[in-house]
Amino acid sequence: MAKATVAALRAALDAGQQSARDLTEAALARAKSTQSSLRAFIRLREEGARADAAAADARREAGCVRSALDGIPVAIKDNIAMRDEVVTCASPILEGYVSPFSATVVEKLGAAGAVVIGSTNMDEFAMGSSTEHSAIGPSANPWNRKCTPGGSSGGSAAAVAAGIVPVALGSDTGGSIRQPASFCGVVGVKPTYGRVSRWGLVAFASSLDQIGVLTRTAADAAAALEVIAGHDERDSTSVPQPVPRYTDALTQDVSGLVVGLPEEYFVEEGVDPEVLASVREAVGELERAGARLRPVSLPHARYAVATYYLIATAEASSNLARYDGVRYGHRAAGAHGLSDLYRRTRSEGFGAEVKRRIVLGTYVLSAGYYDAYYRKAQQVRTLLRGDFERAFAGCDVLATPTTPEVAFALGEKTDDPLRMYLSDVYTVSANLAGVPAISVPCGLVRGMPVGLQLIGAPLDEATLLRTADAFERLAPQHVCEPPDPT
Amino acid sequence: MSDPSQSRYEVVIGLEVHAQLRTESKLFSPAPVRYGEPPNHSVHPICLALPGVLPVLNARAVELAIRAALATHCSVHEQSVFARKNYFYPDLPKGYQISQYEDPIATGGWLDVPQEEGAAPHRVRLTRIHMEEDAGKSIHDPAIVGSDATWVDLNRAGVPLLEIVSEPDIRSPAEAVAYLRTLRSVLRYIEVCDADMERGNFRCDANVSLRRQGETRLGTRTELKNLNSFRFVEAALEAEIERQAGLLDEGRAVEQATMAFDPATGRTRVLRLKEDADDYRYFPDPDLVPLVVSAEQIERVRQSLPELADAKCARFEREYPLSAHDARQLTESRVLADFFEAAVAGHGDAKSVANWILRDVLRALKEQDLEIEAAALTPEALAKLLRLVDEGKTTAKSARALVPELVLRGGDPEAMVRERGLEAVSDTGLLERTVDEVIAAHGPDVRRYRSGEKKVMNFLMGRVMQRTQGKADPSAVREILRSRLEGDDPR
Repeated sequence: MAKATVAALRAALDAGQQSARDLTEAALARAKSTQSSLRAFIRLREEGARADAAAADARREAGCVRSALDGIPVAIKDNIAMRDEVVTCASPILEGYVSPFSATVVEKLGAAGAVVIGSTNMDEFAMGSSTEHSAIGPSANPWNRKCTPGGSSGGSAAAVAAGIVPVALGSDTGGSIRQPASFCGVVGVKPTYGRVSRWGLVAFASSLDQIGVLTRTAADAAAALEVIAGHDERDSTSVPQPVPRYTDALTQDVSGLVVGLPEEYFVEEGVDPEVLASVREAVGELERAGARLRPVSLPHARYAVATYYLIATAEASSNLARYDGVRYGHRAAGAHGLSDLYRRTRSEGFGAEVKRRIVLGTYVLSAGYYDAYYRKAQQVRTLLRGDFERAFAGCDVLATPTTPEVAFALGEKTDDPLRMYLSDVYTVSANLAGVPAISVPCGLVRGMPVGLQLIGAPLDEATLLRTADAFERLAPQHVCEPPDPT
Repeated sequence: MSDPSQSRYEVVIGLEVHAQLRTESKLFSPAPVRYGEPPNHSVHPICLALPGVLPVLNARAVELAIRAALATHCSVHEQSVFARKNYFYPDLPKGYQISQYEDPIATGGWLDVPQEEGAAPHRVRLTRIHMEEDAGKSIHDPAIVGSDATWVDLNRAGVPLLEIVSEPDIRSPAEAVAYLRTLRSVLRYIEVCDADMERGNFRCDANVSLRRQGETRLGTRTELKNLNSFRFVEAALEAEIERQAGLLDEGRAVEQATMAFDPATGRTRVLRLKEDADDYRYFPDPDLVPLVVSAEQIERVRQSLPELADAKCARFEREYPLSAHDARQLTESRVLADFFEAAVAGHGDAKSVANWILRDVLRALKEQDLEIEAAALTPEALAKLLRLVDEGKTTAKSARALVPELVLRGGDPEAMVRERGLEAVSDTGLLERTVDEVIAAHGPDVRRYRSGEKKVMNFLMGRVMQRTQGKADPSAVREILRSRLEGDDPR
């Protein structure tokens, strides 16, 4: 099957060339045939997906198609809860855990008629940049199976890049959608914090986590985001603002658009020069189409990675306290007393990276260190927000590389957490500031995809999607497919 | 302190009260708040801390917290912050409790605790009021769970609590109890909390320290946890004061610690020392936005507050012919005060209604271990009963005898008087005969009366009432007695 977009699959459905059941069977078959090489999925939802596809066909028959996604196969990251389905966050501690409720985004996908075919692989509890920290083993990059697809939403990026599904949901706490999108040559959107409900997203770092979409094109991202975005009373941090019709925003016009280039992100140090050259070339493409480029400064961006790892680990240490073996999930056998039960359950149930972050976060919040670390990090976060506010006073979007390098080899950084953490250098500041950002493919370096990151003003996903969509049309050669990974 | 060993020390007590807010649902979850449900039935995925849940603040709980803050003269903050208090325990499903820490909803109030008649009230300052969620319940009792297991009931997990923290302004166990009674009365008045200690919805921790008389610095304090009745509060504080005084007398230091009181031995024991205390790693809960309360909302709650005990007491003294003591007693509970006013409306004589309530109704309640809320007696029935007495249709004595039954089972006083033959005897012939018998039997007293000792009349009245088993209409008896004794009738 061709690696189709939502638009192409919908056209096939509308023309009666294929049924939703056909699409779902094809997606399931492709997920299975690529599993040994890519390991994109943790679990397939075969029976449920078939039933949902049949229902979609019945709706189409009856002339009541629900949305652009009706009958379209999609995948969700394995940290998004779906009623009566297992959700594990790729962690042994949640092995076999069945959620009694659905995430808001899953309800919205269901209401739109989308067919969830399965849950994608990820770094355990979304902690990682390579999908290597997974209970089922790493995912591979469809462009080169020896390379990582990025992470933590690596399974979702691989599934879209490999043409298994046109849409996969991911979550982005410090770059976990955009970095794998960049590594796999697909589009990845991290919406404004609060734009998409977090109800049913298993928390990593609550003030940073945001669900978003991975797709092959900006237009598909607009269609999918339109479905999952919106205020939700079950999430107190959700923004009570109406969601514009993103698909209507794709005017292909970037004339007069002011693109800010943060000088801190265009220094040669710590970045692959060819990656930087690709991004510069992409920005030039926008300029030739009428956009104006403007240098801007984000003076506190240099503190972003440090700030991010303080706040994210602090919140994670608290969010993951509930996995104690008392009510659900893994419970160690043969424990002697309460402390021993906790110690054994959590020692057995969590992987090394999760433990590392729990320890870091516990330290960050502990008496005597709180002011030096957590409070200071929050102060820097406020300053960084101010940097973005000032930048957006004179720009419509900011452009940066998504990552400092293309996909690295599996195993290359697993023994060096600090180097792994530095692959988030361009992405974490958008999470800290709560602003939306998108990664769109902008070239290949040594045969691997490069991502252009566009960062928008709060709640202005529309401008990001319009710019990304326009760029795809200006440089269609970048919307490309990996060599067949099967 | 009566114990001389302790009188050399000044006792310093501060109290932390946990009051359960009267809401339909929990503080951050739609699970219902119910008492007496089977274990783990009043729960929702949020209370169980299932993966992916998020808390949503109960707006009603916020309103009740504001009521409590205003009723205790606290400043309500337009912005407050919920924080996570992190610790591991099986009945704490998230591994943290959502509470308020650096920025509570209210600070800086006071409560006037009434003293003996004539004395100015004792003002206890309040440090702060904050909102938090309750934990669940761990059941260790081997009789229930089998040998060394622990069971967890999460019905209570997430129930909204108000923590009300006093300044160390309390100087004795008796003052502590008086403060708690006053606070309970206020919270009941404003319908914020049922304040039923037996159900655990009004709980108290006490911080206590001693210092030499005249010393201005505070001594090292200990914290007494989970004092679940007024009696325990007093006994536990007495015991702890004695323990600390003993240490200080021997020249030893009090160690900062959390203590538990064992009612069986009447002693306090160390639960854990301060150096072993948990580091709760408080930080603002990122799942919740700061709680913002507008000045308008605060004003709206202020307008909706009922008349509070102090104001009501002052009004009762002003509007009714009542002593300060009676007014205070009648306004201790809002239900009792309302009962009084309704009975006065149906009868008219406030003094008489007050006497009957404070003497007879309260006694009957006490004998039957009831609160006024649970009494079957209506204010209308009491008014009717008093009218029957006023109109001479029954006697005060007979009426009084009916009160316990009215309190317990209710009923129509008029019918009860009729059915039980308690109508007043106003048969003049019978009364005149009885009066004559009494006069004949008490010659010396009659002479004392006639020589000017008018109060002997009451004694003779009593004799007549006794002979008629209390059924005689007192005003008729008085009339007949007077006419016989004053001699307008030669007999």
